[in-house]
Amino acid sequence: MPDLSINFAGIKSPNPFWLASAPPTNSGYQVMKAFDAGWGGAVWKTLGVPVVNVSSRYGGVNYRDKRLIGFNNIELISDRPLVDNLREMEEVKKHFPQHAVIASLMVQSREEWHQIVRDVTNAGADGIELNFGCPHGMCERGMGSAVGQEPDVLRLIVEWVMEVAQIPVIVKLTPNISDITEPARAARLGGADAISLINTIQSIVGVDLDLFAPYPIVDGQGTNGGYCGPAVKPIALNMVKNCAQDPHVALPISGIGGIENWRDAVEHILLGASSVQVCTAAMHFGFGIIREMTAGLEQYMTEKGFATIHDMVGKALPNVKHWEDLNLKYKVTATIHEDKCIGCQLCYTACEDGAHQAIALREGTRVPEIIEENCVGCNLCSLVCPVEQCITMERTDDGTEHLTWKERTLANSIPTSFNDERAGGLHHWVPEPTAALGKEKHKTLPGKARQLGQPSPVSTELKS
Amino acid sequence: MAEFPIPASEQDFHANFAQLKPRMNNTEALYESSRCLFCFDAPCIKACPTGIDIPQFIRQINTGNVTGAAKTIYEANYFGNACGKVCPTEVLCEGACVYNLQDVKPIEIGRLQSFATRQVIESDQHLFKPGQPNGRKVAIIGAGPAGISCACELRALGYEVDVFEAKAQPSGLTVYGVAPYKITNEEVLAEIDYLQAQFGFHVHYHSPIATRQELEALEETYDAIFLGIGLGGTNALRLPGEDRQNCVGAVEFIEQLRQHHHRVAVGRKVIVLGGGNTAMDAASESARLGAEDVILAYRRGKDEMGAYEFEYDLAKSVGVKGLFNVAPIEIVGNGKVEGIRFVRTQTLNGQVQVVPGTEFVEPCDMVIKATGQAKQVSFLRHIPSLELDKNGRIVANAASGQTTNPQYFTSGDARNGGAEVVNAAAEAKAAARGIHAYLLGQ
Repeated sequence: MPDLSINFAGIKSPNPFWLASAPPTNSGYQVMKAFDAGWGGAVWKTLGVPVVNVSSRYGGVNYRDKRLIGFNNIELISDRPLVDNLREMEEVKKHFPQHAVIASLMVQSREEWHQIVRDVTNAGADGIELNFGCPHGMCERGMGSAVGQEPDVLRLIVEWVMEVAQIPVIVKLTPNISDITEPARAARLGGADAISLINTIQSIVGVDLDLFAPYPIVDGQGTNGGYCGPAVKPIALNMVKNCAQDPHVALPISGIGGIENWRDAVEHILLGASSVQVCTAAMHFGFGIIREMTAGLEQYMTEKGFATIHDMVGKALPNVKHWEDLNLKYKVTATIHEDKCIGCQLCYTACEDGAHQAIALREGTRVPEIIEENCVGCNLCSLVCPVEQCITMERTDDGTEHLTWKERTLANSIPTSFNDERAGGLHHWVPEPTAALGKEKHKTLPGKARQLGQPSPVSTELKS
Repeated sequence: MAEFPIPASEQDFHANFAQLKPRMNNTEALYESSRCLFCFDAPCIKACPTGIDIPQFIRQINTGNVTGAAKTIYEANYFGNACGKVCPTEVLCEGACVYNLQDVKPIEIGRLQSFATRQVIESDQHLFKPGQPNGRKVAIIGAGPAGISCACELRALGYEVDVFEAKAQPSGLTVYGVAPYKITNEEVLAEIDYLQAQFGFHVHYHSPIATRQELEALEETYDAIFLGIGLGGTNALRLPGEDRQNCVGAVEFIEQLRQHHHRVAVGRKVIVLGGGNTAMDAASESARLGAEDVILAYRRGKDEMGAYEFEYDLAKSVGVKGLFNVAPIEIVGNGKVEGIRFVRTQTLNGQVQVVPGTEFVEPCDMVIKATGQAKQVSFLRHIPSLELDKNGRIVANAASGQTTNPQYFTSGDARNGGAEVVNAAAEAKAAARGIHAYLLGQ
C-alpha cells in the first residue's frame, strides 16, 4: 500500500492534493467539507486588503459539448473580514490537525505583511503562500502579478515576510512573464521555502457577438480575467518543468494548473511538483472528485512500485531535453491498422492539407494508405484518428545510430543546404502547386441535389 | 392481449402513435452534433439520394448557425424536414455513418436535420425567393414530394408554376401514406406552407387531371408538363371473397388513418397480406389502433421480404406476428371477413410453389392487402407517344426526367415504381433542371 502523505517544505499533509487559493477555500465551511471529503490540504482564499467584488465574475470556454475546458475569473481576493477568516482557520485546524492549512496572503506595506503573517501563524496555519500572481484587479493596485512580474520587488517582499515568518513560506508565481525561472530564483534569493505555480493566465475567454463585449460581462463591459482549467495544463507543466530543472531555483514546487484527475496530478509530479493544487475542477464538479484522484494515484503508485510520492517526483525530468539534444536518427512511420479503420479519412485530409501529403486514397476502399517514403513521422494522423490504436507510429530506424544537433554543431557538421531526407528536403516528393486546383471539390457534389446520370450544368438565363 | 389500448381520443391516438424520431432539444442537438467526425468525402453524403452536405449542416448546428444548417439542407432537398423524419435513415445516411464500423451508435442525422429545419419553419425564416420571371409556364400534375420539389426548383429558376392536385391537401403520401408515428399531418403541411410562402407556386386543390381534354388544355397553356402523379390504389388480389366487408387495401387504410386518426376502427384480429414496407406499416398501425392480434402473412420466407429489417423489427416490437410461406386463396366469411384460407408454399429456384394438401383457414375479422399499388396506366395512355416500361413505369431520361413525349417530364413513384420521399425530391429537382435545359434549347 503506497504512502500518499507528503512533507512539503515542512508542511505535512495526508495526501498531495490541496485545494488552491480560490473560491472553494473561501470559508471554514468549505475547507472542512473538503477535508471531510478527503482533500489533504487547502490554501485559504487570499487574505489581505479590503476589496469589493463585481457581480458576474466567471467566464467559461466550452469545446463543442464539453463545458469549461477553460475558465476565467475577475474575482478578487477574499472579501470576507479578516477576523472571520482567522477564527474559522483556527476552528478548521482544531478539527483537522493532520491536514494542511495554508494561508494565502496579499497586502502592501512591510508593516502590513508582518502583521498578517503573525495573524495567520497565531491562527494555526501550517504555512503561508504569497499571492504574487493574481492578474486582474489587484495588479492594478500594485499587488498580485504586478509583484510577480518584478523579480526585485518580489524578492524584497519575500524578505519582509521571512523577517517574521515562523512557518514555511511558499511564493505563488504568475505565468504572465516570459521566463518563469526569473521570479522563481528571486523567491529563492529572498529566502522562500517553496514555490507554487502557475497562477492564472491573463485572458479574455470570449466575446459576446451581440453585445460586442468580453465575457464575463459586467453591465455591458468586461475586463481581462485570469485563465485556468484543463486548457492551461500544458502551459503549467512546462513552467513547472522549467523551475524544477533550474539549479538556481532548487525549491519544492507545488504544481497548479489544469489538474482535474489523478493523471494530471501524476504528470505535474513527474515533472517536479511534490504537492498539487486544484481549483477549477472542484468548482466544476465539487469536492467529490478527490475520491477518483486519490484512488487513481494509489493505483498508479502500486502498479509502478512507488512507495512514496517523493519516489516519483521529477521522474520525467531527465527525459525533458532541449531540442538540440534529441536524436535526429530516430524515425517513426505511421501504420494504419486496416481491421480497426472506420474509413472517416480524417487522417488523409489532415496529412494532405496539414502535413506532408503522405497518405493516399485507393479505389474501392475507404481505408487510406500511408505513402511511406513521404511520411516524416509527425504523428498528426494518429492524433486525428478517432479510433484507439488504429494508427500507430512504428519505429523504422534500427536504433543503432544517435546524432543530435548539438553533436553536429560540435563536430562542425551542421547542414549548409536543404538536403535533409525528411520533409521538404531532397528526395521528398511534394506535389506541384497547380495539382491542388479542383482537388477540394468533393466527388459527391454536396450541397445541391445529386445530379442523376450525366450532370449538365445549366445557366439560369433563358435564351431570348 | 393487445399491446395498445384502443385509442378513444386524439390524445390517445398521439400516445399510441408517438413519434419515432421526436424533436431534439437544443442540448440534445449540441451533444449529438458534437459527435460528428466531419469525415472527408463523407459516406453519409454519398448515401443521401439528394446529396445533402450532412457534415456541413451538422457543423453549422454545432456552431450555433442553425439557420445556415437549414439552408444547407434545403439547398439540396426541399423536403428537408419531412425527410429527416420519414427517410429510412437506417439504410441511408445513418447506415453509412462510419461509427457503425466501430460499433458506436451512428449520428442521428435525421433528427438533427429536422431540428434545423423545424426551427426555420416555425420562425418562418425565409431562405429562398423566386427567380426573375422568365415568362415561361410549367404545369405540374400532383402535389406530392416530386411535384412540390419540382415546383420549388422551377420557381427558383423564374418559371410560373401551377400545380394541379386531385386531393384536398398537398404533399401526397407524406400526408396520406406515411405511418403517423413517423410524422404528423401538421408537421408535413407546415413545411409545404413554408415552401409555398417562399417560392409562390400556385396549387389548385380538388383539381384532378384525368381526361385527354384536360391534358390538351395544359399542353396548350404550358411550356412543359411535369407528371408527379405517383401510384394508384392497392392492386386487387383477384381472390374469391375479396369484396367482403373489412377486406381493405393498405394504401386506402393508411389514408383513412392519416385523416381520421382514432376514428378509424380495426378488427380484433387483423391479417396483413404482404412483405413490403407498407405491409409493415399497416401491421404496426393495426396494433397501435388496439387490435388484439396482428398477423403478417407473406408468401415467401421471412428473409425474402422486401421490407427493411428495421421496419419488420418495429412491427415485431408492437406485437405483430409473422406467418411465412403461405399464399391466400380465399377470403372466407359471410358478408363480413371471417378468415383467410391459405395454402402453404415453398420456394424452389426462386419460384414460389404451393404445397398441395396444406390448406388451412386462419380466422380473422379484418384483412389488409399490402400487395402493391397499381400504376396509373389508363390515365397515362391519354398522353401521346408516352412510353411505359413493362412494369407500367414511365420511361424517362435518367438525368433530365424527360419522357418520350418531349413536353412531358416526370419523377417520383410514377417513374421509379415506388420509392422514398427522398428519391422523389432528388429526381424532381433534377427534372426541373431538365425542363429548364430543354426550354433553354427551344
